[in-house]
Amino acid sequence: MDGLDRFLTTFFNARIFARYLPDMLAGVWTTIWLAAAVIALGLSLGLLLACLRAYGWRLANFFIICFADMGRALPPLVLILIIYFGLPGLGLRVPGPLVLILVLGTVLAAFAEEIFWAGLTSVPKGQWEAGRATGLGFTQTLVQIALPQAARLALPPLVNRVLAISKMTALGSVIGVSEILSVASTAQSFTGSAAPLTMGAIAYVIVFLPLVVLTRLLERRFAWKV
Amino acid sequence: MSRPMLEIVALEKSFGDLKVLRDINLRVATGEMVFVIGPSGSGKSTMLRCCNRLEEPTSGAILIDGKDIVGCSSSALNRMRLEVGMVFQGFHLYPHMNVVANVMLAQIKALKRPKDEARERALAMLDRVGLRHRAETMPTQLSGGQQQRVAIARALALDPKVMLFDEPTSALDPELVGSVLAVMKDLKDSGMTMLVVSHEMGFAREAADRVVFMDGGLVVEEGPPEQIFANPKAERTQAFLSRVRA
Repeated sequence: MDGLDRFLTTFFNARIFARYLPDMLAGVWTTIWLAAAVIALGLSLGLLLACLRAYGWRLANFFIICFADMGRALPPLVLILIIYFGLPGLGLRVPGPLVLILVLGTVLAAFAEEIFWAGLTSVPKGQWEAGRATGLGFTQTLVQIALPQAARLALPPLVNRVLAISKMTALGSVIGVSEILSVASTAQSFTGSAAPLTMGAIAYVIVFLPLVVLTRLLERRFAWKV
Repeated sequence: MSRPMLEIVALEKSFGDLKVLRDINLRVATGEMVFVIGPSGSGKSTMLRCCNRLEEPTSGAILIDGKDIVGCSSSALNRMRLEVGMVFQGFHLYPHMNVVANVMLAQIKALKRPKDEARERALAMLDRVGLRHRAETMPTQLSGGQQQRVAIARALALDPKVMLFDEPTSALDPELVGSVLAVMKDLKDSGMTMLVVSHEMGFAREAADRVVFMDGGLVVEEGPPEQIFANPKAERTQAFLSRVRA
């Protein structure tokens, strides 16, 4: 067997590909809905917290800042392990997918809050004054005037963060959630071949590349004409 | 003098230990255009910004058509701000919406006007400032003078009783100043009550009913423009005017 053949059977074994395709498709679907749930939870919670922070209530802001700092400082894997393996000790069993959604969603929220907040603080003060001077309340000015401008500024860093954290659904493989990587590594241990891992990599590209392209289009559309 | 449209009574404003306004008293009659001039740091802009509480007065009262804006609750303040239009030095148009949407926003959200009516009113106000044909343009595609006229239309669309102008032409290229002043003159001729902080002395001379000279947080002198510009009584007014003319 020459080098190329060896390479192909190690990484691109068609028989193994065919055999595990159904499992992999199920894994892809799991990854997609997990990522969607994480993004929905993370972005909405992050946006809500950033808006809340704009009101400048001291106590609330203390907790928001603590939350954002902790969420950004802790590796998600640590939180996942603590909740999944620790909480049953207290008689509380949280299903793996839910652990993943809660932890990754919360971590994304911590980052999203900071990103939205940075966007809000870079909206010029004059924009707020123009809104308030025309009789708009604080909340109306926030929603109608400040947020749309903040969101535009926040979009590029937010997209990067969303992608980075959605990919961390792969951490589900350590707590038995059968997403892409989990399926791949199970298949790898059964077959002793690296081919399932290649298949997993291809699956990730198929899932996340369109998302990357979509966000590029979104970014372009979102930028108002200057 | 009948009840003034805008009355400032014993207004004081401090930033920490710094007293920016000390006992300002000023009355602007209905339909009157009052110009406020003075060196930078004299407190003119702060005084103007107290009139709609963008700056919170430290003490004193500001009556808009007889109602005090200083003591009122935040919801009452939002309603009163509808009666006080403001035009800023930096225009502050909303960059994420087109011109007509800029003029419609507060009509819909604060005045609760139906959308169709707000649009009609917005277009009428844009027509008034000569920019109806730019209604669908984004603000950043307009010149400074055009942006400022849109800002004036945005304020006018709320049917204010008083208009405040905070150095409306200071950020403009000289050749664009005239178009904004023309709109202001037209506004005055239609009977709008206006309080203007500006360095446009020529315009003040020609269009203002009264000129107020401020320095060091005080009204030093006030009177008709002919008197203030030709025969200022106070030494500080004379010194300021000679510096400006030089």
